[in-house]
Amino acid sequence: MAAPTTERPPTSTTQDLAPVRKGRVGASLLTVLAWIVGIGFFFPILWMVLTAFKQEADAYTKPPKLFFTPTLDQFRAVFDAGIGPYLLNSLFATVVSTILVLVLATPAAFAVSLRPVKKVQDVLFFFISTKMLPVVAAIVPIYVVVNDIGMLDNIWTLIILYTAMNLPIAVWMMRSFFQEVPKELLEAASMDGASTARSLREVVLPVISPGMAATALICVIFAWNEFFFAVNLTAARAATVPVFLVGFITSEGLYFAKLCAAATLAALPVVIAGWIAQNKLVQGLSFGAVK
Amino acid sequence: MAPPHRRSDRPPRRTPGRLRLARSGPLALLAALALALSGCAGAGDLGGGAEGQRTITIAIVSNPQMQDAIQLSPQFEQENPGIRLKFVSLSENEARAKITASVATGGGEFDAVMISNYETPQWAANGWLVDLDPLMAKSPGYDEDDFIPAVRGALSGPDGHMYSVPFYGESSFLMYRKDLFEQAGITMPAQPTWQDIAAAAQKLDNPDTGMSGICLRGKPGWGEVMAPFDTVANTFGARWYDPSWNAQLTSPQFRQAANFYVDLVRKYGEPGAATSGFSECGTQFSQGNAAMWYDATVAAGIVENPDESRVAGKVGYAPAPIVQKPDSGWLYTWSLAIPKTSDEKGSTEDTWKFLSWMTSKEYGPMVGQQLGWEHVPPGARQSTYRIPEYVEASKAYAQQTLDAIAAADQKKPTVEPVPYTGIQFLAIPEFQDLGTRVSQQLSAAIAGQQTADEALDQAQVYAATVGESYQRQGAGQ
Repeated sequence: MAAPTTERPPTSTTQDLAPVRKGRVGASLLTVLAWIVGIGFFFPILWMVLTAFKQEADAYTKPPKLFFTPTLDQFRAVFDAGIGPYLLNSLFATVVSTILVLVLATPAAFAVSLRPVKKVQDVLFFFISTKMLPVVAAIVPIYVVVNDIGMLDNIWTLIILYTAMNLPIAVWMMRSFFQEVPKELLEAASMDGASTARSLREVVLPVISPGMAATALICVIFAWNEFFFAVNLTAARAATVPVFLVGFITSEGLYFAKLCAAATLAALPVVIAGWIAQNKLVQGLSFGAVK
Repeated sequence: MAPPHRRSDRPPRRTPGRLRLARSGPLALLAALALALSGCAGAGDLGGGAEGQRTITIAIVSNPQMQDAIQLSPQFEQENPGIRLKFVSLSENEARAKITASVATGGGEFDAVMISNYETPQWAANGWLVDLDPLMAKSPGYDEDDFIPAVRGALSGPDGHMYSVPFYGESSFLMYRKDLFEQAGITMPAQPTWQDIAAAAQKLDNPDTGMSGICLRGKPGWGEVMAPFDTVANTFGARWYDPSWNAQLTSPQFRQAANFYVDLVRKYGEPGAATSGFSECGTQFSQGNAAMWYDATVAAGIVENPDESRVAGKVGYAPAPIVQKPDSGWLYTWSLAIPKTSDEKGSTEDTWKFLSWMTSKEYGPMVGQQLGWEHVPPGARQSTYRIPEYVEASKAYAQQTLDAIAAADQKKPTVEPVPYTGIQFLAIPEFQDLGTRVSQQLSAAIAGQQTADEALDQAQVYAATVGESYQRQGAGQ
């Protein structure tokens, strides 16, 4: 009598719970893994921020120092070195080039996704092929041209280059977002008599705005971090923050703490931009227009 | 539970008017920024000088002494209200690449550039630099005869005129921990040989206490491991080329020198030697983790600075160790030059005013009084070594520095005759590339990835390629 009753519940629980438990174990393993990867990625940044608050003598020791008296000396040194104009240049080059990229990439992406033009694949391949040449291979002709037209050390040179550099990626990214837009939306708009421009502006753009935010963020990050063009084509007037950073590297002295302080300051605007875009990114693709 | 969202406590829909305002706010700001900047080429122009002021742009290497000069430069601007200074301060590698590109192509971004005795004679011969002799002649009290003769010679063109003026100079010497030597009962000879140093390193090396016998650079780069190694090679009697440009990197002397250097640093050198350069060695030695350090004479400024160093006051200084060739220290100087493009811009006179200020006799005492005597740029002017306060502050190493620089002769770097000049480098344009390639091989040997002999076999191939181009030029002439 007792046997079947005692037997049944355990079998049923094992049958019912086994997959759940397995799933839980898998999930917690994944969580642990995610934390390890996350910490692995974040640790260098944490170390940079920590080092920024150290004295130069504590910044590079064996074994590394975890506990120390924090100081703001290095940040003071960075501000004394005049980070201001560099920040302004970076901000200007980044914002203007990103706006230009969005203005140009949106209609282009529209043309290669929702209203495909002829030979779309070739066009797309052409766009991305411009990214295949390493920048270093193009720097000499670019330098010569920029020098000849008298545009060395000019922020507009960087803006044009950053726009060109980010445009192909932006077109490809925006295209993938455009493709998510339901065709019915456009059909409904044209049924109501909206022109192409108007349906792009008033129907499609609101739907893909999270995608635009993601694209803009990528462009901001690439333009903000760009070093190679900046160091080769600018001098005193148009130099950007990455160029300012290498000024702290010295071959005859200690510089780790100061460099970390400068790098921490340089990273802040991108972190803030990411924070702002994050809200937009999680809003989901559709605002519930067709549900 | 609803996620905490900042927007949730706001009214669900904003009025259209507010929306438009919120959207146009950042745009308006941006437009203002664009307008502010569209007239000029970058934010570096903002807050620019008054009417009639000339802006002088100087590209410099971001070493500590240069940072001091930037800090003091407002005093120059006060004395010369017509001139405004702008500095582009870059790390050595970036600065070198950028300055070379700008001067060679006539880019003209810079009115003055900081270069070394590697570039000066070559660029003077190319006609890229302004001859400074007439400008010096017009500057009473500048006293160019006060420059240390070896330094002055190193910054002269083929015509014997100076094409750059020295800001500071250095040679190389051996720094050692007097306290550790005393404990171990070793005395440092007045002129040590490399064999003496190897024996001392063996005795003092103690992995258990984390003490390395010696710190030597092993990081790839023609300005990193090649600098100390070349002086070792020179004193072993090795040379890069014979007078008819045949590469000599597999000669017995070169093999001996490379094996000695690699063995010494692998056995008794610092941990991670293959990635250690000046900065890493400086940290190791000043943290008290190495008994000896062979490097630039300017290192003494770091070692003796109590804020940065735990071994200040405990360090002795000996001349660069030798084997065959005496006086094996290197010669290096950071100096200021005016590119020819400044002549076209008409800025040469004003630029010279600043150059002559930064390299004047009065600059050293000014730095000493305002920033401390250990900040005085060493190794350029003999008069620096007659300033009582400086001599007092640097008595541990001042004379050794001066002697080492004075003894360095970059026209006779090694025992046998060579077709090139330069001690720790070859003053040929190809050397930046060649030296770096060879240094990578040497560094790989220090890392234990190959033997020193294998490194030299490969290095010989690189050197032969460069040598052949000079042989062809010689045949063509």
